[in-house]
Amino acid sequence: MLTVVGLIFIVALIAPWIYRVLQDKAGWVLALVPFSSFLYLASFFPEIAAGGSITQSVTWVSMDLFEVNLAFYLDGLSLMFGLIITGIGTFIVLYGSGYLANHAYLPRFFTAVLLFMGSMLGVVLADNLISIFVFWELTSFTSYLLIGFNHEQESSRKAALQALLVTGIGGLALLGGMVLMGFASGAWEVSTLLNEGDIIREHPHYLAILLLVLGGAFTKSAQFPFHFWLPGAMAAPTPVSAYLHSATMVKAGVYLLARFHPVLGFTDTWMMLVGGFGVVTLLISAWLSLSFTDLKQILAYSTVMALGTMMMLIGLGTELAMQGLAVYVLSHAMYKGALFMVAGGIDHEAGTRDVLKLGGLRSLMPISAIAAMIAALSMAGIPPLFGFIAKELVYEAALGANFWAVGFITLAVLANIAIVSASLIVAIRPFYGPKTETPKKAHEAPFLMWIGPLTLAVLSALFGLLPFIVDSKLMVPVASAVWGSELDFYLSLWHGINLPLILSVVTAAAGVGVYFIWDSIRESAPMKVYQMIFARFPVQVYESLVNGMLNLAGFQTRVLQNGLMSNYLITIMVAAIAAVGYTFFTKSGVIFNPDVSEVQIHEWAIAFGIVISLGVMLFFTHSRLTMVVAAGIIGFGLALIYLMHGAADLAMTQVLVETLTVILVVLVLIHIPKMKESRSILYNSRDAIVAIAMGTLMTLLIFAVTAVPFDAFISEFYADASYPLAHGRNIVNVILVDFRALDTMGEVVVVAIAGLAVYALIKMTRAGAEKDVKK
Amino acid sequence: MDTILPILAGAIFASGIYLLLRKGLILTIIGIILISNSVNLALFSLGRISTENPPLIAAGSAIPEAPFANPLPQALILTAIVIGFGLLAFALAMAYRSYKELGTIDQDSLLEDAEDTSAAIINKTENKED
Repeated sequence: MLTVVGLIFIVALIAPWIYRVLQDKAGWVLALVPFSSFLYLASFFPEIAAGGSITQSVTWVSMDLFEVNLAFYLDGLSLMFGLIITGIGTFIVLYGSGYLANHAYLPRFFTAVLLFMGSMLGVVLADNLISIFVFWELTSFTSYLLIGFNHEQESSRKAALQALLVTGIGGLALLGGMVLMGFASGAWEVSTLLNEGDIIREHPHYLAILLLVLGGAFTKSAQFPFHFWLPGAMAAPTPVSAYLHSATMVKAGVYLLARFHPVLGFTDTWMMLVGGFGVVTLLISAWLSLSFTDLKQILAYSTVMALGTMMMLIGLGTELAMQGLAVYVLSHAMYKGALFMVAGGIDHEAGTRDVLKLGGLRSLMPISAIAAMIAALSMAGIPPLFGFIAKELVYEAALGANFWAVGFITLAVLANIAIVSASLIVAIRPFYGPKTETPKKAHEAPFLMWIGPLTLAVLSALFGLLPFIVDSKLMVPVASAVWGSELDFYLSLWHGINLPLILSVVTAAAGVGVYFIWDSIRESAPMKVYQMIFARFPVQVYESLVNGMLNLAGFQTRVLQNGLMSNYLITIMVAAIAAVGYTFFTKSGVIFNPDVSEVQIHEWAIAFGIVISLGVMLFFTHSRLTMVVAAGIIGFGLALIYLMHGAADLAMTQVLVETLTVILVVLVLIHIPKMKESRSILYNSRDAIVAIAMGTLMTLLIFAVTAVPFDAFISEFYADASYPLAHGRNIVNVILVDFRALDTMGEVVVVAIAGLAVYALIKMTRAGAEKDVKK
Repeated sequence: MDTILPILAGAIFASGIYLLLRKGLILTIIGIILISNSVNLALFSLGRISTENPPLIAAGSAIPEAPFANPLPQALILTAIVIGFGLLAFALAMAYRSYKELGTIDQDSLLEDAEDTSAAIINKTENKED
């Protein structure tokens, strides 16, 4: 499985060159990649159908705390998702090469879509928690590239960023949840974790784990109130929407929760949160889909509704709900993929996706019309299509819920009424009725663009009529994987006359009714308000959050980076005084006992000289020359102090450097006229307070350090080793040129560079620089 | 002496910082001189002051005769003095250059000049793009 995922990534990277060689045939060749992956995964059918599972593992990162393995785990659930990803992916590559034919960025599309496919396949196949997270984030990044495909348009960039931020933040929550889960159970592989459910559920961090994982899943799968990014992401070209929103990206959250259902599920918190958010999302978005006239927006909100339904099923946590989930995910992938591709085909051929501007395309685009009709009826849950079986199971599961059953079934029926009319809008409005003038002269989409939707639509019909093709081979292993232990069931179209069937009839009838009054519902005031609250308001909240963050960043930049060096210095110093001072006073306490009894007269004289020089400098002169001389006196005072305490080398160096310093400063002073120090007394006293605090801190620190017994270990080593090892009698010199010779060489280099820089600064003139530029 | 050195170091350090915060670059540079001197002095007293004997080994002997001054801070300070001088020379050259180019070494007006200059540069590049 590593080979499959790796192969997709590699082909993704060389796709532009494949395109360069093969031009418009490239789509066919590149589609072979997902297709062969599909076949490879399909080869595991017998083993999975028999109730088995497969693990493959390569060690990736090995640490003391935990290991990250590139491990892969294939059971019913991951097999179904893998087949959907590669199967629909095959059609998307073909469809995209038709939809974007002659588009300048077609090679880029191939690369991005294959990268995305590899990441998505990684998410569903990965066994290790950390590698799931890595692939999860890769899907966010690659979807950013895909959604922002038309990067010249600001709206595309914004939509892409919005999707990235929402799913990226969720991804961080997910990482937290996964790490907690790994440490709580000690198991980092999904295959092991599946048996550790009891440990996790009883762990004190269970609630934190649950909330974090849900944060990841709800943002990725566009659950209320994070649903807004998904319709926004419709800015992507249709092949991308068809792929991301029917089969992959948004299903990742569903996959995640289904995957961890045996581990985290079966608790009241889980059921109420997942079921609750699911059912709220499904109701809100179903009716939102009726407030738009753009085909893609209608489909987008119906997708959010489908995701809500899946979440609700996961939350219900009954055997029936698991069966419903398996069937619903598969049927949704097929009909929604087909519908998106048809919508793109209409857009491509007729030049608009607004259903109000479309009509009578049936005779011009017959194949698309057939595919759209079958897929839409499947979405509406009309027999004998696969979607009907799915919806029956949803109703049965909602009726059989352990809690809030009446609420679930009522909301589900209400939502499905809206979805039935949305299906009719999508299937009928563009294709029937009087022909309308469209921006482009419409004709049937090219083969590449109708083969995908038609195949998916036919499969919807086939699986509906002959459900035994998929039930025991795929649906049973999927439901068992989500349930956590073996389930046994079969699917059939006809269950006899029972409550779900009656509800279905009611739903269909009401849906048709709503379809006929759609125009007035859509234009009604309550619908406008509804749309404003649930579709526009979340986007506004998101935007004000993003803008608020930018403003905060701008504000703190203006405050902290105002360009005045003295402000930077003050900030650094105040922080240092606070941090060092706090630790110092709390940890060691002040030690201050200057004992001046042994200070001799000449030492007093030196100290006195230094203090007088400082005083003159600060208080009694405005002459820069006097200040330089005073600084020089202080330097010579230091040299005397060094000399008196056995540091002859230091004293010599100090005298030389101090002399040079004074000469150098005076040389520069000659060239720069005096300027007035005109700052307010407020500034000056602020600076004085900071300066005095720093000085006091330094004095107290030295006292505190010298009060501690001295450890002369290193000094003694140098003293003892100086002659035997380095044959030098001046220990200071030996340290510098022998033991720490490399440091000294570094120092020499620094001084040399400073010298070069000084030379450049003095010699280079602006005129010279401009001459160089002209050359 | 070891009791008044910390106070001296602190006093020089405080004066250095006060000067560092002035807006004329020359005062800032004198502040830098004082700060490096005070830090050297602090290092020196942290290494403990005990004796007048330099850390030298007499001819014919393999180890120095105790007591001798701690050689380690001396080596550190020696390096620091030289590096400090390099820094000073560089800062002086910068001040000189700033004055020659911009006609001022007042940090407040340097800031305004810098903003004007960068605005001018931006204008220039924009014009070029046109």
